[in-house]
Amino acid sequence: MTNKIRVATTSLAGCFGCHMSFLDIDERMLQLVEHVEFDRSPITDIEHCTNCDIGLIEGGVCNSENVHVLREFRKNCKILVAVGACAINGGLPAMRNFIPLEECLNEAYINGIGVENAQIPSDPELPLLLDKVRPIHEVVKIDYFLPGCPPSADVFWKFLTDLIDGREPSLPYELVHYD
Amino acid sequence: MKKFIQDLAETHRYQPTHLLPILRSVQSQYHYIPQEAIEQLAQLLNISRTQIIGVVEFYSFFHLSPRGQYELLISDSITDHMSGKKNLISYLAEKLKVAVGDVRQDGVVSLDNTSCTGMCDQGPAGLVNGHALTRLDRPRLDLISDLINQQKPLNEWPAELFLVEDNIYQPGLLLANPIQPGTALRAMYKRGVPETLAEISFAELRGRGGAGYNTAWKWHLCYEGPEEDSFCDIATHRQQQRYVVCNADEGEPGTFKDRVLLNSYAHEVFEGMTLCAAIIGAQQGFLYLRGEYLHLYEKLQAVLDERRQAGLLGSNILKEGLNFDIEICLGAGAYICGEESALIESLEGKMGIPRNRPPYPVTQGYLGKPTVVNNVETFMAAASIAVNGGDWFANVGTEKSKGTKILSICGDCSQPGIYEYPFGTTIQTVLNDCGASDVLGVQIGGPSGTFISNKEFNRQLAFEDLATGGSFIVFNDSRNILEIVNNFTHFFAHESCGFCTPCRVGTSLLKKQLDKIIGGHGSAGDVVALEELCQLVKTQSHCGLGQTAANPVLSTLQRYPELYQSRLKKISYEPGFDLDGALETARRLAKRNDASAHLAQAEE
Amino acid sequence: MSKLITIDGNTIPFEEGQTIMEAATAAGVYIPHLCHHPEFTPHGSCKLCTVKVNGRTCSACTFPAVDGQDVLNNTQELTDDRRLITQMLFVEGNHFCPSCEKTGNCQLQAVAYHLNMLDNHFPLFYPNRELDASHAEVMIDHNRCIFCTLCVRASQQKDGKDVFAISGRGLNKHLIVNAQSGLLKDTDIEATDQAAHICPTGAILIKRTAYQVPIGERIYDHQQIDQVSLASENSQHDK
Repeated sequence: MTNKIRVATTSLAGCFGCHMSFLDIDERMLQLVEHVEFDRSPITDIEHCTNCDIGLIEGGVCNSENVHVLREFRKNCKILVAVGACAINGGLPAMRNFIPLEECLNEAYINGIGVENAQIPSDPELPLLLDKVRPIHEVVKIDYFLPGCPPSADVFWKFLTDLIDGREPSLPYELVHYD
Repeated sequence: MKKFIQDLAETHRYQPTHLLPILRSVQSQYHYIPQEAIEQLAQLLNISRTQIIGVVEFYSFFHLSPRGQYELLISDSITDHMSGKKNLISYLAEKLKVAVGDVRQDGVVSLDNTSCTGMCDQGPAGLVNGHALTRLDRPRLDLISDLINQQKPLNEWPAELFLVEDNIYQPGLLLANPIQPGTALRAMYKRGVPETLAEISFAELRGRGGAGYNTAWKWHLCYEGPEEDSFCDIATHRQQQRYVVCNADEGEPGTFKDRVLLNSYAHEVFEGMTLCAAIIGAQQGFLYLRGEYLHLYEKLQAVLDERRQAGLLGSNILKEGLNFDIEICLGAGAYICGEESALIESLEGKMGIPRNRPPYPVTQGYLGKPTVVNNVETFMAAASIAVNGGDWFANVGTEKSKGTKILSICGDCSQPGIYEYPFGTTIQTVLNDCGASDVLGVQIGGPSGTFISNKEFNRQLAFEDLATGGSFIVFNDSRNILEIVNNFTHFFAHESCGFCTPCRVGTSLLKKQLDKIIGGHGSAGDVVALEELCQLVKTQSHCGLGQTAANPVLSTLQRYPELYQSRLKKISYEPGFDLDGALETARRLAKRNDASAHLAQAEE
Repeated sequence: MSKLITIDGNTIPFEEGQTIMEAATAAGVYIPHLCHHPEFTPHGSCKLCTVKVNGRTCSACTFPAVDGQDVLNNTQELTDDRRLITQMLFVEGNHFCPSCEKTGNCQLQAVAYHLNMLDNHFPLFYPNRELDASHAEVMIDHNRCIFCTLCVRASQQKDGKDVFAISGRGLNKHLIVNAQSGLLKDTDIEATDQAAHICPTGAILIKRTAYQVPIGERIYDHQQIDQVSLASENSQHDK
């Protein structure tokens, strides 16, 4: 057992753009992995997170699977962080909130151009959509928020190094962006 | 329609300040405000169509889309709920085949909720086309449904449906000593006008609306200008036209004393206004009567006529050279208009949005001119003081609160009605008199006031202890405090004028957060968040509505923290929305009902 | 003898008739605000400029400066409250900055940056609001309106027109335009009107101007609103 900080990451209703931005810390990643090891994350093969220190959540909550994953993270991460615009306010996926779900599904699976054998998928393997996309703080308790679409690599770096060095994380003006 | 609107505008001399009464007539004629009417009125009154649309959308009694020929509204006051309102309105909806909030397909009837109609001593209550209905029960609702289905005109409905009683149980200094019309004015001229203001000052009369501002000082400021010269130019101030406004927009749920005073003591009230006019030098007065009291309108007009004929109103009053008349203006369903500057905006034919202060109405009120706004009871007390002297009044009450207070008592007591007490009377005395037993607590001053528990009944009615505009709602042991708080909190969210951010958004957030906790979806952090929100709305809001909107939560949270705690779950967090319900549409469309098509509200 | 007030302990002179906001701006002290603009009658509705005057809560944009006032502006308590009020504005409407062409030039966003607002704190309302793209050059996205009435005032007080108004009560407040059809194309607004440019958010936009300045090089990407606001409001004042 190492005493490295265990970090898990996931993308719910997001585009993985926040993850890409995280990777933009570039060579600083080498410094980071001296202090950090990754649990469940797109860069590992771990399917479920266990006993983590920090969970980074990208994306809002749009379906039942998102709820389960988010709860798993909440249960297993001491610190849960909302990363990016979608996790914080639903972001672009939440722009479907103004169209009734029934209309969305009908457009996609029934009335859309080129749809053959029209039917709304009903396989129990598939997660069901929530009527509205929600920010993650409305479903579980969130400890920190990193705004941005995506938050810049420097935001990830500042936030994680603050935590690693035992400081209360804070973002200076230059690092706060919503776009 | 063209002719109707033209005639209507002409009757009102094309005055934009008369927009509310004009729109009331249009609404009552067509059961909505048609777009053509808006266009035509904009031309005739020479105002922008957006002002008219703004006013229509602001007041609850105006509508841009048709309501029923019979517009039925059922009062949503907590006391109506305590006497079974919820079941009654469902019964009525079923009986009339119309959903609450809707218009029946044939356009004959519409049904909706409305904020307290001021009939808490004889509820459950309602309104049909603006006329008060009292003591609603199933037999009455059966009768009303039949009358509507037969499309019987309102003037053929049995009078008992509209019977409004005074229910005065405890008359005191004012109610037991009514003055004869004209006596206060004669006493004033005999004593001298400035000397009469001195008597009122000596009586230490304070505003009866609840805030308790010194009445004589307000009148003095209106005449003399404010203390701080930076707030106004004194020289111009003294030359101006002035106005007297009587605030009878009695919207605080649980209050109905002004209804009774205007029904049975209207002369005293008008006399007090005339007295004020003589003191401050006003020629025009307004009685701003809440729309819910339409039933008093004709009667009050008759009293005004009587006074004109007796030389107590109009030109050269009592041959003393005073010219003063009073106009009655009806509101249209907006609690905020009880706030004096919102009321003035409303009188000017605008949305009832409280103004920035300073300047205060005493320097810049109606049409920018110095204006005194006082409560019904204040004017009545002033008239009595003019007759009986300041001593007579100041000998009663406490050191800081002189005279008496007229209470509207309702809720769990055997004799709901009007009671007048010297300031300093204990709550226990009041409860004994009105026949209340097994009392859990009392809401004093309405939703914007304070909820006191049964450990505090030795407290007193007084500005320095429990101030009230008159509302006094009794709750017995069988009542659920959180349901009461919930009713009040929803009331404020509905009545917020929306001008400032903290109140517009904050009252809706309060409603959501409280619903979450009461619905059993709260966790420890949610009560903390509720309290934080309450403080923000209280300290940051623009006017009294927002500043008091959190009082129901704050005063009960302080007294019954365990009640809130008992609703909380021992988990870190639960969503404030129905998670499984959010999957309902998707389930239906995918025709699924397997285990994974559902979500638990909180993590197992 | 010039009259003085103190703001956060610093003595500041003011002229007779000035509000606290005007005195502060002239002295180079920033008080956060959204509905205030020096050229128009103060409105006092956003409540971001709330200050404590001799212990009493007041809106700096409407409250007159009076000799000897002790004003608190930049305190932790007021900053916390201002952040919460800004968060209220965000959750009440639909403010999706990444998809808004005003991002980086938006005063609502800039005030939020200035207050170090990192989240929405409250549950989001997601109200269903319309878009009015009927006009050839100007459009309204009601999702972003914060009811500051700057467009209403600019149209009336500067453009000599009466294009906009705020209608409705409480949470149902909404911006309306002065046309029988209710559409912007049927009003007399022009793209050169100040009312078309004054919106502090992305609710009123001039068409086909969106990305002339790239994201990342916009006003508030590198400068804080306190500096920008003081510079522009004092230069407007000098004009």
